[in-house]
Amino acid sequence: MNVAVEMDDVRQGELLDISEAGPAPKRIIAGFGFWIFLLSDIVMFSALFAAYAVLAKATAGGPTGAQLFNLRTAAMETAFLLLSSYSCGLMSLAINSRQRFGIFFGAVVTFLLGAAFLNLELREFSDMIAAGAGPQRSAFLSAFFTLVGCHGLHVAIGLAWLVLMMVQLSIRGFAGVVVRRLLCFSLFWHALDIIWVLIFTIVYLMGVLP
Amino acid sequence: MNLLGKLTWDAIPLHEPIIVGTVANVGAVILAVLAWVTVKGYWPYLWREWLTSVDHKRIGVMYLVFALIMLVRGFADGIMMRTQQAVAAGGAQGYLPPEHFDQIFSAHGTIMIFFVAMPLVIGLMNFAVPLQLGVRDVAFPTMNSVSLWLTATGILLINVSLFVGEFAKTGWVAYPPLSELQFSPGVGVDYYLWSLQISGIGTLLSGVNFVTTILKMRAPGMSYMRMPVFCWTALASNLLIVAAFPVLTALFAMLLLDRYLGFHFFTLEAGGNAMMYVNLFWVWGHPEVYILVLPAFGIYSEVSATFSGKPLFGYRSMVGATLVICVLSYTVWLHHFFTMGASAGVNAFFGITSMIIGVPTGVKVFNWLFTMYGGQVRFTVPVLWTIGFMVTFVFGGLTGVLLALPAVDWQVHNSVFLIAHFHHVIIPGVLFGAIAGYNYWFPKAFGFKLDERWGAAAFWCWFIGFHLAFMPLYVTGLMGMTRRLQHYDVLAWQPWLLVAEAGAIIIMAGIICQVVQLVVSIRHREQLRDTTGDPWNGRTLEWATASPPPAWNFAVLPRVDKLDAFWAKKQRVLAKEEPPGRPHRYEPIEVPKNSPTGVVTAFFAVITGFALIWHIWWMAGVGLFGATVTLLAFMFRVEDEVEISAEQVGQFDRAHAVEVSL
Repeated sequence: MNVAVEMDDVRQGELLDISEAGPAPKRIIAGFGFWIFLLSDIVMFSALFAAYAVLAKATAGGPTGAQLFNLRTAAMETAFLLLSSYSCGLMSLAINSRQRFGIFFGAVVTFLLGAAFLNLELREFSDMIAAGAGPQRSAFLSAFFTLVGCHGLHVAIGLAWLVLMMVQLSIRGFAGVVVRRLLCFSLFWHALDIIWVLIFTIVYLMGVLP
Repeated sequence: MNLLGKLTWDAIPLHEPIIVGTVANVGAVILAVLAWVTVKGYWPYLWREWLTSVDHKRIGVMYLVFALIMLVRGFADGIMMRTQQAVAAGGAQGYLPPEHFDQIFSAHGTIMIFFVAMPLVIGLMNFAVPLQLGVRDVAFPTMNSVSLWLTATGILLINVSLFVGEFAKTGWVAYPPLSELQFSPGVGVDYYLWSLQISGIGTLLSGVNFVTTILKMRAPGMSYMRMPVFCWTALASNLLIVAAFPVLTALFAMLLLDRYLGFHFFTLEAGGNAMMYVNLFWVWGHPEVYILVLPAFGIYSEVSATFSGKPLFGYRSMVGATLVICVLSYTVWLHHFFTMGASAGVNAFFGITSMIIGVPTGVKVFNWLFTMYGGQVRFTVPVLWTIGFMVTFVFGGLTGVLLALPAVDWQVHNSVFLIAHFHHVIIPGVLFGAIAGYNYWFPKAFGFKLDERWGAAAFWCWFIGFHLAFMPLYVTGLMGMTRRLQHYDVLAWQPWLLVAEAGAIIIMAGIICQVVQLVVSIRHREQLRDTTGDPWNGRTLEWATASPPPAWNFAVLPRVDKLDAFWAKKQRVLAKEEPPGRPHRYEPIEVPKNSPTGVVTAFFAVITGFALIWHIWWMAGVGLFGATVTLLAFMFRVEDEVEISAEQVGQFDRAHAVEVSL
């Protein structure tokens, strides 16, 4: 949807040789730059995934993934996060049509779903630590807590960012910079989904394989 | 509860006369500079025009200033090592105790790669890329300032380690398990990790900034195949930054978790895997070589084309070779540790890829040679560095092909043969290029040229000194001398190491010549003044504006219709096909407003980094809180641009009439 709106900004005659059109509009620059940043973030996660893959069997006599992971919790976390992406998408639509109520409603739902996800994740972490399966127990658990925790940290930062954007929106309205930041936020939130789908598959589903 | 964490008076090495002397001298110089600035009342000017500047040209200049200062520091470390090895043979122990020597070789490598080579390259890209693209700034100017000041934070922290505490004794790669808490309980590794982690964020943001700038902001008409080669190499370099630095960030985060929270990524117990560190380190480390060397290749391309008065030979093959190197740089990392015990098949694969990556590099060398062939080469200082590079780098590359053979590598692994090899490629490949770029773009930045005679003297000292300093290391390497030796018993090595010491002294003479060159040029700036904006008869757009360029770079964005647009326009004007066109209608220009965000963020980053190194948790909290508030203040800033009126633009443009304007 956002892409379609940006296409409207480009004069039709220049579509054929867009690389010669001169500096792009600010909105495209901001979105594109943020995409590049997200790619770098995904590269960082890929290093954490690689470390996890190397250390997944290094349990040092401690608990394994099959013993620790609860697929029902992980499935619920997945559902919360994917639904929050849907509500975030609805929020983007409301931004494009400048509907304040829709935006705030989408933001509240997104926030609550994100917070529910974090709540489940933190409870999973604290249960594991209480059972003696903290990150200091084995290399496998170090890699697990770092990879999944880093994603959780991103979600927490996303929630704080969302609150800030709602404050900015109420103070400054649909100023160009606010709309651009909201676009970047939704890119960020969807990227976290991509990471989570990989975590759910590689860590949880493959972790409980016999 | 200790309010100062691990920090006590014992952390100050008052019993080490070398350190105390160094710190006293450096401290006196810094205090004198600060006092001079204060007495002269320069602080408001510095704050307004430099520290808070978001102008890519100023930021580029500041990167270079930091890099050149750190070059002196890194070189001082180097010559101390050479001196130690020149004397500490047989019964003699030299003047550096082992624990000090270990810190010096670690600091030398870390500083030269992260705080000399990187800021040199990023500084030159900052200065030249937007001008070459014909635009007014980078994509995210304030973020650019944040990048600069985070790099400065890293520089400050690594220098603080000289006097407060210690630096890592692990070598610049900090391999575990040596760098784990068990074997390095001091703060040295923490200084290493936090200074690189903080400056690494700055580098990553630079990468994002430049990829966006080059792909999304070019003058009208500048399609990809009309970009100057330096912009292409800058693009490749920044793509590598975006794809490689996050790996280093993740890796250092893991080592930090091991050291601070008792995780087991790389420890000897609980299933840790130290070899994983080595793999991930070089997954970043080998692309890093090309992050540094590709922009230098771009500078050589600009210099050889400009001073031969010919278009670059094989522009398309140069672009192709650059991008091939960009991709292949991710396929060779294992050649840094052929001896780790991988199977013969794995080693053979990486040996072959390491040899293949020499092919596009060879293409480039031939392109430069054919550019000069048949041209009217002007032997200016940048050309001297370029020719010196080609001669030296080809041999350095050849020893690299030798090392790419796993069987040979097994023989000379970890020896000073390797040290000779990588200095043989990095010094000509990066440093020579950066100095060529410094001499080439200096008149654009300041409006006067650098003195040619002192510049040539600096080149010859470096060129001769380099060969004297590093050729002997190939010999001693083959004789079996391992790297990082504080003392050795084989007296047959000593004559060679004395020659190397002489080479280091000649390099020092080269550095002194460069300082003299700068001072002499500033004093004779009126004779060296360039009023045309185009002192070298250049080809690319940066020469189409005044020297130094105004904050807005171009009064009217240039229109580009082919490669080497400025040269083409000059030819048409000379042939009287076109008038030397000057825009008669100026429009107001919006330029980004100066912002203290970068320098304030860096202030809090220093506090946070220092506190984390010394485990002063409350102070780390204060620093993080301050950084967050700074970010919020930036987010809620309302006015982020100032308008330059059309009259002001026109007035400047008329006063600085460049001979030809696009």
